[in-house]
Amino acid sequence: MPSLENITNTIHTWLNNHVSSTLATLIEMLIVALLAMGLFAILGLILVLMERKVSAYMQIRLGPNRVGFKGSLQTLADTLKLVLKEGLTPNGADKLLFNLAHYVVMCAAMLILAPLAFAKGFQIWDINIGVLYISAISSIGVIGILMAGWASNNKYSLLGAMRSGAQIVSYELSAGLSVLCIVILTGSLRISDIVNAQQNGWFIFKGHIPAIIAFVIFIIAVTAETNRAPFDLAEAESELTAGFHTEYSGMKFALFFLAEYVNIFVVCAIGATLFFGGWMPLHIGNWQGFNHAMDFVPSSIWFTIKVFGLIFLIMWFRWTFPRLRVDQLLNLEWKYLLPLSLVNLLVMTVVAIMGWHF
Amino acid sequence: MGAAALLVLLFAAVAFSAGGILVAKLLVKGSSNPQKGQAYECGIPTEGTPWNHFNVGYYLFALLFLIFDVELIFMYPWAVVVKQVGIPALIEIIIFIFILFIGFLYAHKKGALKWM
Repeated sequence: MPSLENITNTIHTWLNNHVSSTLATLIEMLIVALLAMGLFAILGLILVLMERKVSAYMQIRLGPNRVGFKGSLQTLADTLKLVLKEGLTPNGADKLLFNLAHYVVMCAAMLILAPLAFAKGFQIWDINIGVLYISAISSIGVIGILMAGWASNNKYSLLGAMRSGAQIVSYELSAGLSVLCIVILTGSLRISDIVNAQQNGWFIFKGHIPAIIAFVIFIIAVTAETNRAPFDLAEAESELTAGFHTEYSGMKFALFFLAEYVNIFVVCAIGATLFFGGWMPLHIGNWQGFNHAMDFVPSSIWFTIKVFGLIFLIMWFRWTFPRLRVDQLLNLEWKYLLPLSLVNLLVMTVVAIMGWHF
Repeated sequence: MGAAALLVLLFAAVAFSAGGILVAKLLVKGSSNPQKGQAYECGIPTEGTPWNHFNVGYYLFALLFLIFDVELIFMYPWAVVVKQVGIPALIEIIIFIFILFIGFLYAHKKGALKWM
């Protein structure tokens, strides 16, 4: 059966047989870079359309439906429009930082792709500190946001960036602590180990109640980290026009927008890997027949289904909860989520040591 | 692929962003207008500079974050071995979190968590 793992192996052996090993490595690097860029472009196109369609159907309207089949090419048209727009730099802006900020944000978004397991044996870099790497890189993005807000010479941008920074760093703690719960169960930071440990059941089922609490905390924290509603104070349209990217236009704005959506994909991919078994098919204990039937679905499909399920959940939040005030937001994190996740971590430790998980 | 992946992805990100901006630069023929460079605030001319004082609360939360983030980093190696070490690891982490929690309560009592 053709799987992504087989395809990569075939390409690898074919290259090594036909050209020298240095050239083969270079070509593989080029392929990886092109795939990463392609993933970015496709994610941008799909997620923006999905957001608009989901929003539309939740409000009983149709959403974009003119360009292409049922509006499927709408994002492409929007991208074309953005490419044709002039990129302005406001007077009095810090030119260097202003033009550097979107590179920082994009680099942070791109670098997180490295340890993600997209399918069985399909991973760019299976680093042994994968989870730590992800939490380290994901906090670089906030530097880009602060740079953009600070350099714009605009009060809304600065306020948006400060809010965004406070929010992202605060919720990073809860996200990190809930990720630690899974690390305790696995005893490894390597993504492939974490996925393989879920062969006979995903951690959200295996870890009992602490894992479910950890998942709920995680999904709240990542919603806040990606500046999504109901935590979108950083770009609360009615208060700050567009937050830290108010002054950005044309392609630079498009890059910020793209990085935002890619970040949603990335955090959902991490959530799916940690709690829902990544590319692992749904296996239930000793049900041999059922497990075999599930194995026929390719691992990449499983991963995509889980990730897009979580993305849909995050989009659903947007139309369910009203926006929080900044003090409510920080209260929620520091007075409820942080103590709760610390206690949850201890409970999880007890469960793991006693061997009460499945 | 080893650590070279970082360089490859970094290259991909820079190439993607720079390529997009370059294409936009080549296609767009902008016009100059003194109004264009102004800050987008309310339509009326901008008053004062944004590089000004802002709420001290942001600093307090940043400091608190620093404390807890360092704590989180200490917990990563602990989390990897906790299953092998067993009960002693649990007792140690309880002491660790307890000390940290006292600091947290102190900050709370001092009003660092209150948004003004």
